[in-house]
Amino acid sequence: MYLHPELETLSRAEIEALQLERLKKTVAQCMNSPFYRKRFADHHITPADIRSLDDLQKIPFTTKQDLRDNYPFGLAAVPMEQVVRLHSSSGTTGTPTVILHTQKDLDEWANAVARCLYMVGLRPGDIFQNSSGYGMFTGGLGFQYGAERLGMLTVPAAAGNTKRQIKFITDFGTTALHAIPSYAGRLYEVMEEMGIDPKRDTKLHTLIIGAEPHSEEQRRRIEDMLGVKAYNSFGMSEMCGPGVAFECKEQNGLHIWEDYYIVEIVDPQTLEPVPQGEVGELVLTTINREAMPLLRYRTRDLTRILPGECPCGRHHIRLDRMKGRSDDMMILKGVNIFPIQIETILMQFAELGNDYLITLTNEEANDLMTVEVELKEFCDDYPRLQALTKEITRQLKDEILITPVVRLVPKGALPKQEGKAVRVKDLRKTLI
Amino acid sequence: MKTVKQISVFVENKSGTLVRVLELFKEARIQLIASTISDTVEYGIYRIICAEPDRALEVLKAAGISANASEVFAITLDNVPGRAADAVRQISSAGIAISYLYSFMLAGKGILVFRTDNPEKTAQVIDGQGMNALTGDTLLSLV
Repeated sequence: MYLHPELETLSRAEIEALQLERLKKTVAQCMNSPFYRKRFADHHITPADIRSLDDLQKIPFTTKQDLRDNYPFGLAAVPMEQVVRLHSSSGTTGTPTVILHTQKDLDEWANAVARCLYMVGLRPGDIFQNSSGYGMFTGGLGFQYGAERLGMLTVPAAAGNTKRQIKFITDFGTTALHAIPSYAGRLYEVMEEMGIDPKRDTKLHTLIIGAEPHSEEQRRRIEDMLGVKAYNSFGMSEMCGPGVAFECKEQNGLHIWEDYYIVEIVDPQTLEPVPQGEVGELVLTTINREAMPLLRYRTRDLTRILPGECPCGRHHIRLDRMKGRSDDMMILKGVNIFPIQIETILMQFAELGNDYLITLTNEEANDLMTVEVELKEFCDDYPRLQALTKEITRQLKDEILITPVVRLVPKGALPKQEGKAVRVKDLRKTLI
Repeated sequence: MKTVKQISVFVENKSGTLVRVLELFKEARIQLIASTISDTVEYGIYRIICAEPDRALEVLKAAGISANASEVFAITLDNVPGRAADAVRQISSAGIAISYLYSFMLAGKGILVFRTDNPEKTAQVIDGQGMNALTGDTLLSLV
């Protein structure tokens, strides 16, 4: 049941004791980095000021901008000869960021991913196929090393080429697949076109889905389509990559490994801790990393800590599924809206397919939201299409408080992507 | 009940989609007999009466196009002014609502294609009034 029982079943007191010990070590390690040395000096703090977990609050936040400003090696906390790997973000929105790893960091990362995969029931003998992009994107090598560490035959199929992906699944007898949720839907569609019934013609039993916020309804659809159990995975390159937090078999929240990370949830505006159980921005401190520890890193991901104990016996706290990134939040007519809220509603309609696109436009000072969604089965019945459109509009309005224009479109009409799905197009012009 | 199979295609309101559907008919060598599309902004529904509707549906589906088949009434009218009015009046006065209707000429006859909210009752009116309803086969024999 547990790959690392000695760490996974620690009591809260034991977790906190381990965290404090590792935090002190991490802070001392950070003093090797020019960035943190200066940060501490500027704020008149020294490692000796960190005597309890609460003292973490004395340390300023680290942001993505800090990583950019110190690109590429300004946050290295070990001599560069000890760094054996780097991963870099794409840099599509500005200067790229770099994360450095020692061999020990890579080992610990693989251990964390292996722990996650074992937790959902994968074992040596399973065949694990990874449809993540390899290379700089951490979902590739991160799952590769973790799955190999667990002892599974690991197929580095990499992203794209859906027909070949399906051929691997059937030829190799793939039992577990890692795919982003929108791609899982795409795989199913192509299987259908190829006349392959995933339940009859494949040995798939487990899907690991992550990297894209998705709703519970989306998960259930993937499970029903492919005849699998699908588990939510959360990671980010700044925190190594995959393996940060993962659902256990309960499928009720993602355990975040507190022997690797200290978790805080803060209000993204005030940066004060939110009341227990409320949604805010996830802030993480790495406490099991040498090459490039990050203190109080603002992840931009919005979530909350789930209350109560998990029946699985792990006391590592559970995060609720990500509500999206604070960057994904749309503000329309002064209302904060997340794409996931819209997806949750759409996925409740059996008539609708998995693809949708939200487009924001403005006319004069009026924001307008158009939601295009694919109709699964077309039926030439105008009144029924109208009634369906009306009902979707009504339910969306109840959820997001503004009335969107809902357009049903034919299956396949929305652009298909093999990477992360683009769900929102903001075409609003800035009005002066 | 005598009816004709109609193919309905859910088309995107975007240039090129209609051509794609028609090209598929061309490649499969399926003859169109009548078709209609209106300019509503919400949904584009392209309705087609053709030879071999079953094969047409297969071809469309294989190309990943959203389409379905349904049964519609097709009655012949003598080529004399006023016959359409007579036919529609008889159906309407039986309390039947016509959802949509289109017409065309074939072999010197007027053909009225329509769907109603009550197919059973419509069939009774057609029989009772001695109107000539076509089936797929009788329609094809006129082509």
